[in-house]
Amino acid sequence: MNVVVLVKQVPDTATRIKVSSGGVEIDPRGVNYVMNPYDEFAVEEALRVKELHGGQVTVLTVGGEKADEALRTALAMGADEAVRVSADAKDPLTTARAIASVVRELGPDLVIAGKQAVDDDQGQVGSLVAALLDWPQVTVVTELELSPEGGVAEREVEGGVEVVEFSLPAVLTAQKGLNEPRYASLPGIMKAKRKEIRQVAVDAAVTGEPVLRTTALHVPEERSAGIILRDMDAAALAKELVRLLHEEAKLI
Amino acid sequence: MDFALAPEDRMVAETVRDFAQTEIAPGAAERDRDGIFDLEIFRKMGELGLLGLPIAERYGGAGGTYLQYAIAVEEVSRVCASTGLSFAAHVSLGVGSLNLLGSEQQKERYLVPAARGEFLAAFGLTEPGAGSDAGGTRTVARAVEGGFVLSGAKSFITNAVSAGVTVVTAVTDPGKGTRGITAFLVPRGTEGFHPSAAYDKMGMRASETAEIELRDVFVPDDAMIGGRGEGLHGFLEVLDAGRISIGAIGVGIAQASLDASLRYAGEREQFGSKIGSFQAIQFKLADMAMEVEMARTLVQKAAWLKDQHQPFGQVSAMAKLFASEAAMRAASQAIQIHGGSGYIREYPVERYLRDAKLLEIGEGTSEIQRLVIARGLGLR
Repeated sequence: MNVVVLVKQVPDTATRIKVSSGGVEIDPRGVNYVMNPYDEFAVEEALRVKELHGGQVTVLTVGGEKADEALRTALAMGADEAVRVSADAKDPLTTARAIASVVRELGPDLVIAGKQAVDDDQGQVGSLVAALLDWPQVTVVTELELSPEGGVAEREVEGGVEVVEFSLPAVLTAQKGLNEPRYASLPGIMKAKRKEIRQVAVDAAVTGEPVLRTTALHVPEERSAGIILRDMDAAALAKELVRLLHEEAKLI
Repeated sequence: MDFALAPEDRMVAETVRDFAQTEIAPGAAERDRDGIFDLEIFRKMGELGLLGLPIAERYGGAGGTYLQYAIAVEEVSRVCASTGLSFAAHVSLGVGSLNLLGSEQQKERYLVPAARGEFLAAFGLTEPGAGSDAGGTRTVARAVEGGFVLSGAKSFITNAVSAGVTVVTAVTDPGKGTRGITAFLVPRGTEGFHPSAAYDKMGMRASETAEIELRDVFVPDDAMIGGRGEGLHGFLEVLDAGRISIGAIGVGIAQASLDASLRYAGEREQFGSKIGSFQAIQFKLADMAMEVEMARTLVQKAAWLKDQHQPFGQVSAMAKLFASEAAMRAASQAIQIHGGSGYIREYPVERYLRDAKLLEIGEGTSEIQRLVIARGLGLR
């Protein structure tokens, strides 16, 4: 069973994000990039599928040379091959078109992606790839069982679990809880360094025009510290609270 | 000149940091309190490839660099210096001796399993009467038919109870001073070889430290490692490399002290403000951050020199000395910033200070490091 895993390199969630001077992108300087955490579940699941059913795991990303690091992390975890797609991908749809064209050529039995990337939180690419390929898709998967023809996946729904049957090939998106991602082993890191990353260029005729454009990006406004009322009896406290809500906050 | 870590170096750092947070940090306070050396942690470290990180793949290692190893020791020590110490003693001294001086046969028998993490390795040089003065070695190795018989005692030997193999130095040629000392490999369970973890230590309490009694321990001729009379001089490079890892433990403790202090300064309020807003505290934190950076840079430079096969003894002595003293200052200031809370076990900073103190003593005291550096300047 051959699996393609879609991964994305994102800023470490511990990084302090600054918006660059253009106002529509983050400033990449000093940012520590890591593999999108949901993609780690996707890589782990693909490795488990391989361990159970045989086959190959290919990790795929869209991006520049810097994105090789995310691919190498997946190789160090045990993925067999890596493909970096260079394309003029400006929004989820152009990204998905680029990915779909390469996936079609790779012809896997299964594509697994993280349910969303934690940088822009769009959560579109996995689904768009499935739609473009006209393959079944199961999103937010928390448990997976495969047979040669198809599979059964559990997915998280509000207040419960939904069990879904699907045929192959298919696209799945991984939710936290699907598995416990393994560590990249240290010998794996050294071996990954020597593995070749295949580069595939997808041209503009395939990616087409973007349908979304980011017009602004802000960090949330800093909030001033709250006020704690203390050392008063209930009546005085209520009176002071009403005064503050009326005069300071102008809410009542 | 390039100070940037390579992508695979950063991957090693991130992987070990994750692993240390998940597998080593939990229970660090309890292991320290109860003096528990947890071999299960080392089993997992072996699985990850840590226990043979800078060793070639053909000898069971991960094929990494000494720089990556120094980074790994820092990350482990940042959450638990005791584990960092046993890790460092295993890789730098035990495995390092086998890697540098072992015969092919010795490498097959001991280096491969030790690098794979199947057992720990130890290095026994120090004796009750031979600390900084290795010439004071009293353990003797008497030549007999087919081998040697060792008798004497060793003290403060890290990992020696659990180790699958221990390098033991002994006098083979009395009268030749330090040129009469030879090293031997003693496998676990050898008759007459009695290690015991008997010390009640101030710090590094979750690292195994053993006394060894050697009562007529027979070892065959092929147990000799590094050549006759080379038991000290032949191992100088091993000891120099060990100092890099002790420096890395210092960087880990200093960084942990800074982390804990920054966190506390951002929470604790006095006079109506977070104490981190006071310059008195800010200046301490600034000094700590500067010393962490300096210590790390020195340690990584020494490791880099070793990786480049350039002389590194002088810089490794500086790295060990500076990083261990920086760790002491950082841990002490961390307690100061925490005030009364820092003096009790509810916060980890008092452990950092107790652990850091060992670094100024073990693997060459601060005084010996200064002597080494002075001699490097041509002073006699």
